[in-house]
Amino acid sequence: MSTVEERVKKIVCEQLGVKESEVQNTSSFVEDLGADSLDTVELVMALEEEFETEIPDEEAEKLASVQDAIDYIVAHT
Amino acid sequence: MSLEGKTALVTGATRGIGKAVARALAEQGATVVGTATSEAGAESISADIKAAGAKGFGIVMNVADPASIDAGLKEVSEKAGAPVILVNNAGITRDNLLMRLKDDDWSSVIETNLSSVYRTSKAVLRGMAKARWGRVINISSVVAGMGNPGQANYCAAKAGVEGFTRSLAKEMSNRGITANCVAPGFIDTDMTRKLDDKQREAMMEVIPAGRLGEPEEVAAVVAFLASEAAGYVTGETIHVNGGMYMG
Repeated sequence: MSTVEERVKKIVCEQLGVKESEVQNTSSFVEDLGADSLDTVELVMALEEEFETEIPDEEAEKLASVQDAIDYIVAHT
Repeated sequence: MSLEGKTALVTGATRGIGKAVARALAEQGATVVGTATSEAGAESISADIKAAGAKGFGIVMNVADPASIDAGLKEVSEKAGAPVILVNNAGITRDNLLMRLKDDDWSSVIETNLSSVYRTSKAVLRGMAKARWGRVINISSVVAGMGNPGQANYCAAKAGVEGFTRSLAKEMSNRGITANCVAPGFIDTDMTRKLDDKQREAMMEVIPAGRLGEPEEVAAVVAFLASEAAGYVTGETIHVNGGMYMG
């Protein structure tokens, strides 16, 4: 079983069309990985699906970096 | 054929424009799922698609009921794959002059003709975004632009659909998803057969073509918008009305 970190990074790569080597824990979805507003919505939906959880809009807005997403998932699943 | 391997969902496909649209998309090779409000309606859609030698079937779905839409879309995705073509055609009329219009006439038309478009579109967008390809085609009406006495509810819903479509087009364009409206004028269907002779006569006077349109003439435009060739057309309303209104 992959770790949460690995699974999150895999989804980020798939959704944003970036290479694994480009994705650091500190990477910002918008500034470093070039996500637009629709990308971030799709990313959150993909995370919800993968981890079978629901991320409320006000929480989703705060997920700016890869680490933010990992921390959220670890705390809520 | 151009739509081979793609699943299309057509609401209100038992008769009239919806039935013609289902056929036209099936002829292009799409797997067509048509919705009906009754079991008998769903069966007649299945039979019609089978008779045309095409792939697809009918399902029961009430577009005014969110739970029914969820269940219907689940069934479609399981049996035919996530739809990448959505034609929102299902609609009703509850005509009355505004001074006599009941709350229920207003809300049922808004629910069935406008809110349903929001719900079905939202439900299919994820699959379309994943596929990086999608076509949402909403059946509006000439009266959305013209207005029509006795149809404040219907005109409001249809004009709402056109605005909705333009927003959707802007939101999803960079995912290869287009959203357009087709606005029929007076088409020879059960909906216009309800009109009396006097109303029909008055109608003919304002239609330069001098005749009603055929459902197939609307379906042909829908089929074009669903095609690969229409990939750069989005947020548009195409009128099919024999010249009675030109925007």
